[in-house]
Amino acid sequence: MTGLPDAIGKRLPRRDAADKLAGAARYTDDLTRPGMLHAAIVGSPYPSARILAIDTAAARALPGVKTVLTSADLPDRRWGLFVYDETPLAAGVVRYVGEPVAAVAATDLATARAAAALIEVDYEELAPVLSIEEALKDGAIPVHPEFDGYEKRPDLGFERVNEIARQEFSEGDVEAAWGDCDVIVEGVYEVPSQSHVYLEPVSAIAEFDRAGKLTVWSANQSVYKVQATLARALDLPMARIRVATPAIGGAFGGKSGVTVQPLVAHLARAAGRPVRLTLTREEDFMAMRRRHPATVRVRTGAKADGTLIARDLEIVYDGGAYAEDSPAVLGFGLLMARGPYTIPHCRLRGRAVYTNRLRAAGFRGYGNPQVTFATESQIDELAGRLGIDPVELRLKNAVETGGRWIGGQTITSCGLKQCLTQARDAAGWTGKQRKSGAGAEANGKRRGIGVSAFAHICGLLGTSATVRLLEDGTVTLATGAVDLGQGAEAVLAQICAGALELDIGRINSAPVDSDAAPYNWSTGGSRVTYMAGRAVVQAAEAVRAQIARHAAELFECAPADIEIRPGGRAGIVGVPEKEIGFGEISLRAHYQSGGPIIGSGALVYDGQAFDTKEAIIRNYPFANIGTYVFGAHVVEVEVDTVTGKVEIVRAWMAHDVGRAINPTEVEGQIQGGFVQGAGYALLEELLWEDGQPINPSMMDYKVFGALDLPLDIHPIIVEDPEPSGPFGAKGIGEPPLVGAAPAIANAVADATGLRLRTLPMTPERVLDALDAAAIGGPEPPAPDRDPEPTPGA
Amino acid sequence: MTGAGAVPVDITANGEPLTLLAGPGATLLDLLRDGAQMTGSKQGCNSGVCGACTVLVDGKTARACLMLAADCAGRSVVTVEGLDDDPHAAALREEMAAAGAVQCGYCTPGIAVALTGLFRDAAAAPDAETIRHWLGGNICRCTGYVAIVEAAVRAGQRSVGADAGAQTP
Repeated sequence: MTGLPDAIGKRLPRRDAADKLAGAARYTDDLTRPGMLHAAIVGSPYPSARILAIDTAAARALPGVKTVLTSADLPDRRWGLFVYDETPLAAGVVRYVGEPVAAVAATDLATARAAAALIEVDYEELAPVLSIEEALKDGAIPVHPEFDGYEKRPDLGFERVNEIARQEFSEGDVEAAWGDCDVIVEGVYEVPSQSHVYLEPVSAIAEFDRAGKLTVWSANQSVYKVQATLARALDLPMARIRVATPAIGGAFGGKSGVTVQPLVAHLARAAGRPVRLTLTREEDFMAMRRRHPATVRVRTGAKADGTLIARDLEIVYDGGAYAEDSPAVLGFGLLMARGPYTIPHCRLRGRAVYTNRLRAAGFRGYGNPQVTFATESQIDELAGRLGIDPVELRLKNAVETGGRWIGGQTITSCGLKQCLTQARDAAGWTGKQRKSGAGAEANGKRRGIGVSAFAHICGLLGTSATVRLLEDGTVTLATGAVDLGQGAEAVLAQICAGALELDIGRINSAPVDSDAAPYNWSTGGSRVTYMAGRAVVQAAEAVRAQIARHAAELFECAPADIEIRPGGRAGIVGVPEKEIGFGEISLRAHYQSGGPIIGSGALVYDGQAFDTKEAIIRNYPFANIGTYVFGAHVVEVEVDTVTGKVEIVRAWMAHDVGRAINPTEVEGQIQGGFVQGAGYALLEELLWEDGQPINPSMMDYKVFGALDLPLDIHPIIVEDPEPSGPFGAKGIGEPPLVGAAPAIANAVADATGLRLRTLPMTPERVLDALDAAAIGGPEPPAPDRDPEPTPGA
Repeated sequence: MTGAGAVPVDITANGEPLTLLAGPGATLLDLLRDGAQMTGSKQGCNSGVCGACTVLVDGKTARACLMLAADCAGRSVVTVEGLDDDPHAAALREEMAAAGAVQCGYCTPGIAVALTGLFRDAAAAPDAETIRHWLGGNICRCTGYVAIVEAAVRAGQRSVGADAGAQTP
């Protein structure tokens, strides 16, 4: 192959768009099974309470009700991703408002909901743990008194009551290094609880056949995680469970674990009929998942010339009532906490804690947005103190290809500097920058511009793929990579077409079904293009080798003399007229010699391991993780000093993706991720009062609409090919969200001279900061720049 | 979602007269999805905020989740499934597919119906500002809206009023 094959780097339209545009795509709630029952749940009204009694008699008596379940009807089998603390229905106590306590299956949804409303639960209220402080204080009430008895895999070291995880990732000697610093900045940053708000509420259908095999159709990010957890929850061998994937209406990490599938399977088992449960939006808000809110304390020191020397960071994530993915979210946040800079002395420590609020879990960015908001805000504060341009300070310290990540891994590809300079230049940075809050005010509105630089990974865990040559020389590709809507199916098909040098029209993508598709850990961690793409290339190469063997036999030459030609032909090198089509070879393989041609690829992430001699790595949850991706955002904002509203005027988001397999899909990830991140920065926050969620609806929890953002949000694709990636490609799913909030906060600081260290930057918070600065109030946010005037200073 | 006490409701759905059973409190969305098996209209929030259930009722855009089924008796409803022969929808489908304006697709039917409604009534191709305002009640969590708006502008240029055909290759 010389150069890139036709299918790579092309803006090919996705095949799933046609059905989606016509309303013909089928999501879980669109599916029915013969005899299917409809389910409803009863949620806890208290953040912490003991269940004294549940009276289901009236519900059971309602005509049409087939099954009512409480935890008393279920086996005592818990599951989880690291700590096995979850049950399908609250057992003995409830730990958050909305936690499912009972469930009903009935012949229609109205009856199921009517029956659920008839279930009476007697509770004894208990004192709840509603904050990180309450969770960790001396004498704290344990959210899980039985925690010590839970199975944990692996056991990650739990030192205090309510600690889900405690980890450290450190290098150098931070305490000694402060003396080498000319400037040290310190700050505490608070980030909120963001809700995924995938537009499709969580839904699942479960059905047992008469031989006892369970089939589950559900909104998921990994049929294999669901299959493994169902096996544990229902005490079934995995071989007796099939997990299938209808269209998925967005997930963003919120469907990455197991949600309602075990409950629905229990209902189906008890009823002896298929059962579907689709959560209402309010139930989904209250009972599913959210981004971890966190408190981040960071101290960073530098030389007068801008050389970064030391960082001390401590983060506490509120994990909510169940551990779910908290240990991994914490671990990944720490891996990102040095940022994409060379900082020789780093002490990065963190904890995740239980509280009596909704469980937190993976959410696009996976612990990174929390950390990067703090660290990238602080880099700008440092730039202000040093009097160095924020882009220049970042460029000066930015890691490069061949450089070293914290923990000792060598960075195998890095387009970070190109991202910074391309975003800066596209934005006309030098002409607009550095208002420093001092000028540019018109009608009470001030403009400012901000930058962020950041990294992520795209390599972790295991995956596999098969490529099968059909009798006519077309191809069926099977991977286990669930397409959440981001275009994984299209991109993997393009990689397959590229690796076989075929037209995309000859590639068929098999559905992701645990009975048929090869294993993939999950669609998450921005890993599918890179990890599943590598498996697809391996499988395609195996097919190419078999095709070459057939051609060599037919042409009576050595396989080494055979070349695969674009368009599905194999021929003798240097002899253009000697060639044969894939279809003829496949027929030969099927009916005459050798057997059908199937190639497979399989790998588990194989990057360089961390160097535990150089770094202190405590209780780390990942066996191996890496292959770094990079980005930089520049955002221009307008701050209305009368209303406090922050508007995004323009944004440029540059991302190093190694190679854009499909630039249109990459741009879609960049724009969509940036807008979710802008929501995190300015708008979105799940709120509780006394443990009660107060905005669990789309009326009260707002996300950005088409009118709230400009069209001037410009993706910039940077391609620094990754040697291990499929055609050089890396990942893109999560990073666009990560960089948004700090760039926006830095732009707000540029516009106003005020540093907001709490997200979201709502109008109220902006006005409070402006007021505090104007009246010299009790604790005005510190200005970034000491020597320059700030409003009211 | 019928349950006890269901009553028959006569509506015209995508040109076809139907008599469907509606339970007490059932919405037009329930009627379409459960009664007529037209599952293209999606339930995202059931409170009129997200727009995934947008349909045309007597030619005007409406939130099917907010309309009581019983109040729709005698009305003509067009859902995303009824747009297959609509030239505006055809242009829109092509442009949205080409622009990467479709990701998870859950908001897509509502957006397609809303924009088709706009194009049908428009005298001239709507500009980006008009389209952004028109889509103010259709939440998309995936795309960031830019690709949708840009595709809609092009589709309008191809299919609306005096401009129609001007941009068609």
